Amino acid sequence: MFNISKYDEAGSLDGALEFLSEHPAAKVIAGGTDVVIKMQGGKLREVELFSIRGLAELKGSKCSPDGAVLLGPLVTFSQIAGDPFLQDNIPVLTQAALSMGGPQIRNIATIGGNICNGAVSADSAPTLLALNAELRLQSARGERKVPLREFYLGPGKVDLRPGELLTGIMVRPEEYLGYHGHYIKFAMRKAMDIATLGVSVLCRVEEGKVLRGVRIALGVAAPTPIRCPEAEAFAEGKTASAETLREIGRLAVRSTKARTSWRASQEYREHLVAELVPRALQEAMRAAGGEGNA
Amino acid sequence: MAYDTVGQREIRVDAVAKVTGKAKYTADFRERDLLVGKILRSPYAHAWVRHIDSERAQALPGVEAVLTYADVPHIKFSTAGHPYSLDPGHRDKEDRLILTDKARFVGDAVAAVVAADELIAEKALRLIEVEYEPLEVLTSPEAAMREDAPLIHEVKRNILSTFGYEFGDLDKAFADADRIFEGEYQTSVVQHCQMENQIATAYVDENGRIVITTSTQIPHIVRRIVAQALGIPWGKVRVLKPYIGGGFGNKQDVCVEPLAAVMTLAVGGRPVRLELSREECMIDTRTRHAIQYRIKTGVKRDGKITGIRIEAISNTGAYASHGHSIASSGGGKFRYLYQVDALKYEPVTVYTNLPVAGAMRGYGTPQIFYAFECHMEDIARGLGLDPIALHKLNFVETGFVDPIGKNKVLSCGIRECVDKGREMIKWDLKKKLYKNESGDKRRGLGMACFSYQSGTHPVNLEIAGARIVLNQDGSVQLQVGATEIGQGSDTVFGQMVAEVLGLPLDMVHVVSTQDTDLSPFDTGAYASRQTYITGMAVKKAAEEVKAKILDFVWGMTDTPAQALDLKGQKVIYKHSGEVLMPLAEVALQTYYDPVFARPITSDTSNNARVNAMSYGVTFAEVEVDLKTGQVGVLEIYNVHDSGRIINPQLAEGQVHGGVSMGIGYALSEQLLYDEKTGRVLNNNLLDYKLPTIMDTPEIGAAFVELDDPTGPFGVKSLGEPPAITPAPAIRNAVLDATGVAFNRLPMNPQRVFEKLRQAGIVG
Ligand SMILES: Cc1cc2nc3c(=O)[nH]c(=O)nc-3n(C[C@H](O)[C@H](O)[C@H](O)COP(=O)(O)OP(=O)(O)OC[C@H]3O[C@@H](n4cnc5c(N)ncnc54)[C@H](O)[C@@H]3O)c2cc1C
Repeated sequence: MFNISKYDEAGSLDGALEFLSEHPAAKVIAGGTDVVIKMQGGKLREVELFSIRGLAELKGSKCSPDGAVLLGPLVTFSQIAGDPFLQDNIPVLTQAALSMGGPQIRNIATIGGNICNGAVSADSAPTLLALNAELRLQSARGERKVPLREFYLGPGKVDLRPGELLTGIMVRPEEYLGYHGHYIKFAMRKAMDIATLGVSVLCRVEEGKVLRGVRIALGVAAPTPIRCPEAEAFAEGKTASAETLREIGRLAVRSTKARTSWRASQEYREHLVAELVPRALQEAMRAAGGEGNA
Repeated sequence: MAYDTVGQREIRVDAVAKVTGKAKYTADFRERDLLVGKILRSPYAHAWVRHIDSERAQALPGVEAVLTYADVPHIKFSTAGHPYSLDPGHRDKEDRLILTDKARFVGDAVAAVVAADELIAEKALRLIEVEYEPLEVLTSPEAAMREDAPLIHEVKRNILSTFGYEFGDLDKAFADADRIFEGEYQTSVVQHCQMENQIATAYVDENGRIVITTSTQIPHIVRRIVAQALGIPWGKVRVLKPYIGGGFGNKQDVCVEPLAAVMTLAVGGRPVRLELSREECMIDTRTRHAIQYRIKTGVKRDGKITGIRIEAISNTGAYASHGHSIASSGGGKFRYLYQVDALKYEPVTVYTNLPVAGAMRGYGTPQIFYAFECHMEDIARGLGLDPIALHKLNFVETGFVDPIGKNKVLSCGIRECVDKGREMIKWDLKKKLYKNESGDKRRGLGMACFSYQSGTHPVNLEIAGARIVLNQDGSVQLQVGATEIGQGSDTVFGQMVAEVLGLPLDMVHVVSTQDTDLSPFDTGAYASRQTYITGMAVKKAAEEVKAKILDFVWGMTDTPAQALDLKGQKVIYKHSGEVLMPLAEVALQTYYDPVFARPITSDTSNNARVNAMSYGVTFAEVEVDLKTGQVGVLEIYNVHDSGRIINPQLAEGQVHGGVSMGIGYALSEQLLYDEKTGRVLNNNLLDYKLPTIMDTPEIGAAFVELDDPTGPFGVKSLGEPPAITPAPAIRNAVLDATGVAFNRLPMNPQRVFEKLRQAGIVG
């Protein structure tokens, strides 16, 4: 039995934005796989739910002629994992989607919910960060565009203003065309688990082993999902030898602010960053048809 | 002996009901105007409850009752699901109250609410104000056993029990040894995580009796314990057990029923449901005891063990439950694996301010065999022997007599199990292959063996009832007091009846619900006892029905019963197989013959004063990622000597489930708590790392089927055994792969990595 004081459903995007401007206390619910858990745990009580699940405007993904990909926030993880365009063009994203939860959860959990929930362990976050994704946020007052990187404010905190909905997630063609990537979800289980560390890398590979445009993004390595600028800068134009890869891993650790908790120690998390960033890069290079292993 | 139904892969009798969602579980019984009960739990691990103010909660609309210590009977009772003993000295420790005025762990029930619905009940709980006087929190046995430690219960140094044993001359055994090996091994707290949480619904019927529908393994014991806890005659309580979603020992304890009973009494007998959430179930039902072991073993140069000394400290948590018998039972079952001249077992079971440990699949054996089978591997390495050779040199033989209990092993297939497992995993080949592993990912092999009993004789009474009614159409109803809890007992009982009476399984209607008003008496599902002990009652009942049928036919046809048999739903001549008449024709006559009608039934019980030892081995192959500490189980095989297998498919299922439980025990599961406050940190299935199917490798199950003369159709136990040895086998395989011995469970990635780093295997 859930502690719900009121429940409304959105009929159209405009109607939804209007409703939210009039009901600032309403809690948006999409798939509900975070919201319901919070209700069950007693973190949310007597909540006014506002469901956006019916909004056709926020479903589906589109690719414009120039190659820009626009994901609707209501796209589920199953839909991402099974999307032929994404499988062909941004397989690292479908891979990340498949690492999430289990089949039942993937069928209902949305990517918008994953982003707006702001969990540092969100499995879509590292890859979308590496893709320099941009968010479209709309309220009755208008629309703004925010790079995902700036959207995360702290653990569970995002830059979502009252009355705002996430209405689209945009990945520009130059951010994925020619890139290869790999996502490692390091967790205690192969399904139904929260990441101990999430590592997503993207890169281009020249002449089989020269690294270009490396992006390294981590989940659960700091209070928010992060990028590793120092490691990325170092990697630019380097020939991928075992030693460079190790150095990239070491530098990636510098961007982290891991903490010790009963789930894992800081030392272990940092060690994992140093170990798994090179592994992910190797896999990405392999996907690029490069040598991948020095 | 060849059988028709026994030994066949018959489909479970409840399979269709369960997969179509038609099988009713406790939560599916919806009384009208069902009220909801909820528990207020102590946030302190050790504290006196000084005052409870429930006025505001009482005043909340929709609240029907608020209960505290002062409102419920003050009778201390034991929750352990053991048969009652006429000998007061042999009874379980009575240390629990329905609601307590002294919290002994975080989550202890100090008050309760009955309300119109869950949300009102939860709100009411928040309105109850409790004044606590916190006491020192004791989470480790060492702290609890200090001379000056506060007492959790009124027992000296918080020690619940020290029941061990000793035989032979240990000093001499150690003096005779060429080498002495010593080791320390530590298991962790884990939880059953059965699919269905604990739940009970109670009401008072029109005759003033309390009726409880509950998800339990032990309905007849629940009836007794509820009556004892409430101080009312046993007959005033009726307990029903519908289909249940697993137990693994968690429900071999009386956790929620006494409170459910006082809740309904508090609201004038209206129906109340008390259902624990997963989070509650993980702190306030039962867990598996964490036990630390110190082992000393003397061996001859060739590996022959001369003597063993095992010291064990078992952390039983806040209440006794099964604590006093678990350490002792584990040690008892251990005695049947190795032939040694001297053995001393010294367990100490200690109260602490942690969630209550109780019965869990294997009942103390996963712990002791983890410790000892790790130790055996250490000995084998110390002597430069193959562990298989070391094991074989020391195993008991058929005919072994337990020096303490004097029980004789009438069938022992442990050697055959080991031989089979060795082949299945290609031990000899892979041992050579992985000898000089280098690189970041290393493979290794390990094995571990166990012995187990079939039931609890002679420690406890082993009584089981069965009742059969022959219907007009030649089908039968079978009623047992034993409980189907998912393990498949109803199906194998049905197969036994089908075999004796020459019926197809679908002509045997097994009544799956136990109702203490209607079902035969049986103490329930535990100790891997039912197929062996209840099975014998079932076989006897079926044989009685068969004898009565053939007798009746003798009356009808003048053919002596001795000349007749039943097969394929027909009465046949034994010597030729020639058909006399269909069984249905006889059955109809037994009901309606104007002169001789006398419907055929049987109602028997089996007081088993025997105990067959079962045996088995796990072989595991692992790959260790040195750089992350992740251990992957590549192959795993369990080979069991469980006597004859009644249903291979169910037996394999039992092995698959047990091995997966053992893999979790080895690698990922652990109920974590804050050592200072005693608060459990991960009482949910996100943070408690129960393996998923994706984490479970293909599991190989095999059996060496040696009939045991004391079991019905030659069976021995299989329910618990599969969970005993995966953990030590995996530990030994990790040792084989890395050269590093992990003597603490679980071997999760961080722990493995840290220890490999300490050992200098990785930088
Ligand atoms: C069993 C289980 C397993 C899980 N496993 C994983 C896992 O492996 N990896 C992982 O990352 N997560 C996991 N999760 C968490 C969760 O499923 C994801 O975060 C999911 O993507 C949330 O999406 P949703 O649609 O269910 O969000 P909801 O619960 O509906 O919403 C989540 C939050 O986002 C807000 N919100 C949703 N949509 C919008 C929008 N368009 N605009 C503005 N705000 C919005 C809501 O108000 C809420 O605060 C798991 C959850 C469960 C229950």
